[in-house]
Amino acid sequence: MSILINENTKVLVQGLTGKTGTFHTEQALDYHGSQMVGGIHPKKGGSIWTCGSGSAQGKELPIFASVAEGKAETGADASVVYVPPAGAASAIIEAIDAQIPLIICITEGVPVKDMVEVKARLADSNSRLVGPNCPGLLTPEACKIGIMPGSIFQKGTVGVVSRSGTLTYEAVYQTTTAGLGQTTAVGIGGDPVKGTEFIDVLDLFLDDDDTKSIIMIGEIGGSAEEEASEWLMEQAKLGRKKPIAGFIAGRTAPPGRTMGHAGAVISGGKGGADDKISAMETAGIVVSPSPAKLGETLLKAIG
Amino acid sequence: MNIHEYQAKKLLAGFGASVSKGAAVLSASDIDAAVDAMPGPVYVVKSQIHAGGRGKGTFKELPEDAKGGVRVCFSADEAKSNAKEMFGKTLVTKQTGPSGKQVNRLYIEDGADIDRELYLSILVDRETSLFSFVASTEGGMDIETVAHDTPEKIHTIGINSLTGITDADVEKLSAAFELEGAAKEDAKSLFPILYKAFTDSDMSLLEINPLVVLKDGHLRVLDAKVSFDGNALFRHADIVELRDETEEDEKEIEASKHDLAYIALDGDIGCMVNGAGLAMATMDIIKLYGATPANFLDVGGGATTEKVTAAFKIITSDPNVKGILVNIFGGIMRCDVIAQGVVQAVQEVGLQVPLVVRLEGTKVAEGKAIINESDLNVIAADDLDDAAQKIVKAVKG
Repeated sequence: MSILINENTKVLVQGLTGKTGTFHTEQALDYHGSQMVGGIHPKKGGSIWTCGSGSAQGKELPIFASVAEGKAETGADASVVYVPPAGAASAIIEAIDAQIPLIICITEGVPVKDMVEVKARLADSNSRLVGPNCPGLLTPEACKIGIMPGSIFQKGTVGVVSRSGTLTYEAVYQTTTAGLGQTTAVGIGGDPVKGTEFIDVLDLFLDDDDTKSIIMIGEIGGSAEEEASEWLMEQAKLGRKKPIAGFIAGRTAPPGRTMGHAGAVISGGKGGADDKISAMETAGIVVSPSPAKLGETLLKAIG
Repeated sequence: MNIHEYQAKKLLAGFGASVSKGAAVLSASDIDAAVDAMPGPVYVVKSQIHAGGRGKGTFKELPEDAKGGVRVCFSADEAKSNAKEMFGKTLVTKQTGPSGKQVNRLYIEDGADIDRELYLSILVDRETSLFSFVASTEGGMDIETVAHDTPEKIHTIGINSLTGITDADVEKLSAAFELEGAAKEDAKSLFPILYKAFTDSDMSLLEINPLVVLKDGHLRVLDAKVSFDGNALFRHADIVELRDETEEDEKEIEASKHDLAYIALDGDIGCMVNGAGLAMATMDIIKLYGATPANFLDVGGGATTEKVTAAFKIITSDPNVKGILVNIFGGIMRCDVIAQGVVQAVQEVGLQVPLVVRLEGTKVAEGKAIINESDLNVIAADDLDDAAQKIVKAVKG
């Protein structure tokens, strides 16, 4: 098993006709035939997109004028958003209105105000949003949504959840090298206001029988790691518990500076790495001192 | 992006907020005219730098017992002489670091007759995903200290973004501030004005410390600190014009022209990394092995050879850099593009310090081949751990 996505997941691509959307959709089709079923473009409905490279070269996908139409025609249960920042929130809201169960927004640079509105709309909807500013999700040998490099994955038992794209790759690579492999990797993204938080993903990993252990990668800014740690302690009391290794990026980051990710900033004396690490350790997470020892640390956590 | 107090007040006044009469001074020769434009008899001379703690700050060039960066004066002559003493000097506050910031701009303001000082801010509350007001009766103080010592004196009121600020929200804020009479009436217009200014301008922080109740019972914005959401600047050309580049590090300005996320630090190992998380983690691992990073640098996912070359030049322009670590985990970013950029940059600017390169991920074999076939004196590393140890050893010996 896996979480959120599997070989049956059917995905619409919002922003397919752009350069980024095209490149990553070709990569997704090439990765074990992930089911990309159509694209959305308000002015190009009725046209056809043709895959230009990889093992799916020549494969044609229909372009629909709206997400609602695309969903009705294809039965899609997920949508990935590559639309540039100015239009990304509208694209997400269109997918929410079309009741797409799983929406993944890869776009970096979405204004916070737009995301605050998206969050308000998500509250009474049937949709889950992952991102924005995230690498997406990948379930090995089944489905790749987003921009993670498929080549480093191996089917296995580790659930990976991370606020950082490239550190997700480190965790995946190191668990592959350690011979454990992954069930699903989820990049929740580096923005301060986002659709899915650590707790949402940890809850799914604790429920998934094939996920035997978890790597959780956080970074400075906000208090999502502290909240997740507290939640994990409550769950452990209920008997829900799996070995978890963790890492926090930004121990050496200066306060008040935004470290690349819009959400990675220590402000008002809050969001520092040390508080997060001690909260995670209190919750029984084995925190790696080094980003190079994620795999090793997880093996230690498993015992 | 941050702006100065005088710019923030002008912006807020444009939305209808009550601020004191004031005049900005951008060159020393403007001081007399600015002071003379005020009604008196009380004048406030305020240093305009992008850092807090100005009032308690000290000027490097002045004697230790000299007054701070915000001075209350009781005659026009006193205001003029104080302004002339402060202009162009280096102000050190708890937020500037020991090197301080040069005061290139002053704000001369009409004095206010203050009864009570309050604290108000609007920010993005990450836990609730709402824009929230933070209100406290303890104005004019360091709010972090208030939060730590007397958390019960801080009230947070979240605003529903779909409805905007409501009468009930204003009522809650007025109660939190213990407002009465004229101030309570003023609040009914001022708080919605501040919320509109925040949302219409895509601010990420609006901090008014203090908001004051005047002796005549009315509310006034006495100080204002504003930061904007960098991701929303594309829809605010007027705000971008307020940017004061003299407040920023030269290397950071150069980096922003190339769309590189770069932050100058004070260590001696330059870093070039893809991805913000990995870039922070690279800084951390350098520290773990006993050295300190000279910068944070994320070249991003879609970097070209030109961008990598620009990044490399910015790193080597820092005289403190004694060694460079390039750490790439290619996803979208291809290792061969990075390698090509590094080789090209070294050919253009030369290489005076040790360089350790760690490449992994997409097109790693091609990337390594490019580095190996060049004549560059590069120390290759197998993984992140190996890379960090090698660069620290190369720099520290």
